[in-house]
Amino acid sequence: MRTARVAYGGAIHHAVPHERGLRLADGRVLAEDAVAWLPPFEVGTVIALGLNYGNHVRELARELTVTSQDEPLVFFKGRGTLIGPRGFTQRPDGVKFMHYECELAVVIGKTARKVGRAAAMHHVAGYTVCNDYAIRDYLENWYRPNLRAKNRDGCTVLGPWFVDAADVPDPHALALRTLVNGKVVQQGNTADLINDIPALIEYLSEFMTLQAGDVILTGTPEGVSNVDAGDEVVTEIEGIGRLVNTIVGDEAFGRSVAPGREPQ
Amino acid sequence: MATPHLPFDVPPYRLSGAVYGALLNDPAQLVALGDAVHQPPYRAPPQAPVLEVKPRHTLSGDGDDVFVPVGAGEIEIGASLGIVVGTVACRVSMAQALDVVAGYVIAGDLGLPLGSHYRPSVRLKARDGFCPLGPRVVPAAEVPNPDALVFEVSVADEVVQRGTTAGRIRGVARLIAEVTEFMTLLPGDVLLLGRPGAVPLARAGQSVAIAFAGLGRLHVRLVAEAPVAGQRA
Repeated sequence: MRTARVAYGGAIHHAVPHERGLRLADGRVLAEDAVAWLPPFEVGTVIALGLNYGNHVRELARELTVTSQDEPLVFFKGRGTLIGPRGFTQRPDGVKFMHYECELAVVIGKTARKVGRAAAMHHVAGYTVCNDYAIRDYLENWYRPNLRAKNRDGCTVLGPWFVDAADVPDPHALALRTLVNGKVVQQGNTADLINDIPALIEYLSEFMTLQAGDVILTGTPEGVSNVDAGDEVVTEIEGIGRLVNTIVGDEAFGRSVAPGREPQ
Repeated sequence: MATPHLPFDVPPYRLSGAVYGALLNDPAQLVALGDAVHQPPYRAPPQAPVLEVKPRHTLSGDGDDVFVPVGAGEIEIGASLGIVVGTVACRVSMAQALDVVAGYVIAGDLGLPLGSHYRPSVRLKARDGFCPLGPRVVPAAEVPNPDALVFEVSVADEVVQRGTTAGRIRGVARLIAEVTEFMTLLPGDVLLLGRPGAVPLARAGQSVAIAFAGLGRLHVRLVAEAPVAGQRA
């Protein structure tokens, strides 16, 4: 079962795939571009992983000031950073390095507190695709990755479909890839997760109660590269979905940078 | 384990449940680090506001029990002013920042002692109930100067700290301006000014109270977690 949340005709609807696009619960069949797509479930706490693919750690090794890692690198995101598919993400004028991150998003379906590895997958409701943008110009080495780099409005894209866990026999064998303007720029496989899904649920639920609707963004493989205003960025995961987003500049948000003025 | 009740309805305001906290917002915290601020892993003093997200599982309310892990020893009791946002706040100027504030609430920024500021310290700080809020939201009109509020922290009914919100790296208006530059805040969201430079410690079995002049008094009781997990599936 795949479900989406969309806005159409003045209301928010649940929708399922249809050969001509999607079908709303009330029976209406619509083209994909006739609706506004929202994150596909009511999102609770957003838990993100950094450095959870070995090849991505090696890719960043030169700029990391500490590379040894004795526990998962976890950070949280707020709700303002979330947007749905086919939306627009702002690239501030003047930044040098803004990149996509294709990630498998694991949606919790059942409260989990001190859940061991063996039972962990029973707490997973399903999956979706995340594009977890970062602006490296704003990274600082204090509580890194800091919110200014990773928690900006509209910089965390989720969707298009929420896919039931029952329909994903092995979430640890899914190919991921990102395309910018149709060209493949990032490829990986969830088989290469350093901390797999049961490990993450065991780790997190040891100190926090995971609740239905919480989502774990499991990290991204190597292959991050800069994107510019106007780029179409597609993050896709085998069997889960294809998530489209477009980068836009400051002018779309009514802000402009005076010539020669560096961003703060 | 009892789930702490979420204090979303804190009269006279309904909170959204979204809470963001400023870290290292007292100059004393950077002074205490000394030259380490310029050394790896930090390499340079922070430029933008240093922030953390306090997710819903961390919230608790006045009078709640807060569970402390077995073997944790003492935990830090950070007293913070909570700024309750009253209107949609996106790219708010410093001059207009106080206009977006609905009121103020006391917050506790609890944590296991922290060794480093390099990585987000979620396992130490983002534990169930570690961000108590309450007892009520005091309307902004009743708080003439949020940057000069005195507070005191009591552990086991003994005052262990007296402090003030004055002298922070970013006061209330500047913090709102610099945060909303990249993160829109919504009505009912709470932004914490942050804990002071030094924080008292408390341990399981002790009661903790944080009182701010004009805002009331927030109590929690620290309780040892059961040694055997209650919900192991």
